Amino acid sequence: MSALKKMLFSSIGKKYIMAVSGLGLVGFLVTHLAANLLLLTGNPDLLNGYGAGLKSTLGPLFYPAEAALVGLFLVHIILAIYINVAGKKAARPIGYAKAQRGKGGESKFGLAGSNMLITGGLLAFFLVVHLWQVRYQVQFGSKFRTMLNGEQVGDLYRYCDEIFASPLMVVFYVGVMLFLGLHLRHGFWSAIQSLGAMKPEWSKSIHALGLIIAILFAVGFLIIPIWMHFGMAARLFQ
Amino acid sequence: MANKNFKLEIWRQDGPNTEGKFETFNIEINEHASFLEMLDQLNEDIMNEGGRPVEFDSDCREGICGSCGCMVNGAAHGPERETAVCQLHMRTFQNGETITVEPFRAKAFPIVRDLVVDRNAFDRIQEKGGYISVNTGPKPDANAIKIGKQRADEAMDAATCIGCGACVAACPNASASLFVGARLKHFGLLPQGAPERGRRTLRMVEQMDDEGFGACSNIGECEAVCPKGISISAIGHMKRDYLFANLGFHK
Repeated sequence: MSALKKMLFSSIGKKYIMAVSGLGLVGFLVTHLAANLLLLTGNPDLLNGYGAGLKSTLGPLFYPAEAALVGLFLVHIILAIYINVAGKKAARPIGYAKAQRGKGGESKFGLAGSNMLITGGLLAFFLVVHLWQVRYQVQFGSKFRTMLNGEQVGDLYRYCDEIFASPLMVVFYVGVMLFLGLHLRHGFWSAIQSLGAMKPEWSKSIHALGLIIAILFAVGFLIIPIWMHFGMAARLFQ
Repeated sequence: MANKNFKLEIWRQDGPNTEGKFETFNIEINEHASFLEMLDQLNEDIMNEGGRPVEFDSDCREGICGSCGCMVNGAAHGPERETAVCQLHMRTFQNGETITVEPFRAKAFPIVRDLVVDRNAFDRIQEKGGYISVNTGPKPDANAIKIGKQRADEAMDAATCIGCGACVAACPNASASLFVGARLKHFGLLPQGAPERGRRTLRMVEQMDDEGFGACSNIGECEAVCPKGISISAIGHMKRDYLFANLGFHK
């Protein structure tokens, strides 16, 4: 086995990959949230224009970039299952009879830290639903097309407006975003620690930064379906 | 000096390959007895009735040797922080409480009998680099090698690891990262250990994986149960050093 392969396949190397892919996905969330907040303005042309602009700016690189993003998600998900399901079972085939109790202090044994597989699994399920909704139905279907500057583009705005008219969809999206917050609450700090990029003195600050990032993303995303459901743009801006 | 009554649910298993089960005992004991003294008392009672005593590891009973260790009410070494189970006292528990006692569980720590587990995996990791190679000869001058106070403190904090295995027992993934990280930090920070820093890291991490310990999920419960309170910054040290060793920055 080559030295690089050996490193990446070791228990530490797998966590390097988890950390790098996870931080990459946080980077994607930054652009994704920034674009989606355009929905709050109530002007359909902004997000539709962003979507169309992304495609024309990247040109031939659009599909490779999208494939790379899908790859990032897949690597993160597959490794997570490998480490947390197969790895856990292999390292402790027989569990404790008495439920484990955390001893507190600096320990992150709790809601966010101990349920990364559950929150991540729900996010993966959401990803499939979300891609089918806004990627497949809008870009490949014929129903949600609109004209922008003389060109036919996907009408993301109207699609979101329609699905968020359903209270069920709003609850679903808001719920998933709370899980995203929990996932990031442990994930961000954990990624920095996995990469060995943490100075002991930074630990508390990075953990606090993880909380801030978790709240920013969860609130940033979950405000959109609520905002659109209650037609806040029309109420405030007209 | 009041006595207290406890109901004990203790894991009993005859051998590595036999099925185990919980057995219930009742005991009345002085509240200032240590947890292991309580087990001693229990064993005397069992033996007086002709039964097989509950087997558990212990040696110094001062919290410095790393021999003892079991899960007490779902926590490695019991509910007290920075306390090995030999230093845990029955006054910590409520009169009438039911106490569940289980062995440490991990594939790399097979059960020998009852609460005794085989922790030789730690020894085999230790053999891969938990030492420094020095030429024999006259004893060097005590202060011939200058080491900064902060660095010496950090190395010595890591060196307090007694290898009890509670970190593995408490880890949701049964990872040995805190044990290995503490070893690597202890030797890696000191000038005497620096020449072998990279090799030591690669060899000890490889052995850790070969023994079947899990990956670290950065939960930090290992730090919480560590009788010596070793910080997970030792794990961060290991992750950094493993990368640097692979990149060739550390020989």
